[in-house]
Amino acid sequence: MHNMLTFFSSITGSLPYIFSGLWITVVLIIGAMGLGLLIGIPFSVIRVYGHPFARRCVALYVWFFRGVPVLVLFYLFYFGLLSWLDQIPALDFLPLGDAFFAAILVLGMTTGAYQTQIFKGAILSLPQGQLKAARSLGMGDISAITSIILPQALRFSIPAWTNEYSIVLKDSALAYVIGVAELMSRTRSVAAITHKPLPFTLFAGLIFFILTWAGVKGLKRLEKKMQIQGYTQ
Amino acid sequence: MTQPNGTGPVVLEARGIVKELGGNTVLNHVDLTLAKGDLKVLIGPSGSGKSTLLQCLNLLHIPEDGQLLLDGTPVNFKKKTDLYQLRQKVGMIFQDFNLFDHLSAHQNVAIALKKVKKQSKKQAHDRACEELARVGLADKMELYPAQLSGGQKQRVSIARALAMDPEVLLLDEPTSALDPELISEVLVVIRDLAKAGMTMLMATHQISFSAGLAHKFVFMENGRITEQGVPSALLAENSGSRTRDFCAKISELTGAEA
Repeated sequence: MHNMLTFFSSITGSLPYIFSGLWITVVLIIGAMGLGLLIGIPFSVIRVYGHPFARRCVALYVWFFRGVPVLVLFYLFYFGLLSWLDQIPALDFLPLGDAFFAAILVLGMTTGAYQTQIFKGAILSLPQGQLKAARSLGMGDISAITSIILPQALRFSIPAWTNEYSIVLKDSALAYVIGVAELMSRTRSVAAITHKPLPFTLFAGLIFFILTWAGVKGLKRLEKKMQIQGYTQ
Repeated sequence: MTQPNGTGPVVLEARGIVKELGGNTVLNHVDLTLAKGDLKVLIGPSGSGKSTLLQCLNLLHIPEDGQLLLDGTPVNFKKKTDLYQLRQKVGMIFQDFNLFDHLSAHQNVAIALKKVKKQSKKQAHDRACEELARVGLADKMELYPAQLSGGQKQRVSIARALAMDPEVLLLDEPTSALDPELISEVLVVIRDLAKAGMTMLMATHQISFSAGLAHKFVFMENGRITEQGVPSALLAENSGSRTRDFCAKISELTGAEA
């Protein structure tokens, strides 16, 4: 009986510590998905409408960030590129030595590549007549893309974007390898100290699950809210 | 030197338009003149280049060769601002309507006024209401394209084009995608426009409707204009014209009057 009690108290004692990693994970996700949007939207427009050279550059970017595993990118960026850039005094305003910064950068640039493909697909799925009609009214390309193409393409992208969110959430757990004190990292620390990996890992797993579920639910609500009236594809 | 055949000065002139698509020469040196108030109707088999010609006249397709003159001034195909300016003055109605699906009927009409003509929200709103009332859709203003019938959609697209005060209206088979019962509501709007003196070039298979309204029929085949003339002359019994042959075939197939 006494052993059971100590068992439970050792677990419950550590839960708050693990739980506080939740906020780091959440900020990580928001930062990464946000950066992904900032990259994905313009890049997808370039891929569909841009000059051949620009299109090729974006294609190269996508090819790279889709090809290299996130884990490898964490190492390459944190221990490689960023620590090298950190030595340049002109870039001192950037927190280049910070693992958290590196994690957002890597996760953001990776999801940016996937989001480019998501938005590109959505843009291409629109009937060609949409752009033709916009042009025939005298709209410039930028105006037509921002007020006619993107509002529709982005709406249609929400389901795929929700999927991407759940993937980025899982990838964020890998950030522990460069020392970001998010959920997984804290779980590992506690598991190592208490020699009881299972309950804590289950707990972390549960939190990840709830985060995924909550995010998907929220995005589903957004999708419903933004639905074009009467429209079925 | 082409003579104006309408009642007014030449508004839009195409000289020697050549257009290649997918390795084929779709338009083979086409000349066409539209004078103010003209209503010319393009007739011809599918693939004759009618649609391509219309899209070259507002430079949605850039011709490989040839000249386009708006009000006597040549348009520079390579200058984007020239293109935008031309398209503001030359409106287009599409076979598939091409309404902006994410915007209501009212917003569809107002958006170009705001983005292109830089009108204020109120100006654009009022003008949009006016144009929609003109085509008989004042009560459908807040509906979205997916909630409108084909005929209603086409009328919204006409309102949208007219709101820009174009000098010329190009109509690419405006009723071909409509159920027969819905065709007449669109034809009424087109007829009223013609009576009001709008300069129009329309590609259509609605022969009997156009014969009564058009100043000229323009028959196209294989990327060239092969016949032009007054409808009654071309369709006359013993004219032996290609136009008459073609129209007779249409009425054979559809059972409609030629």
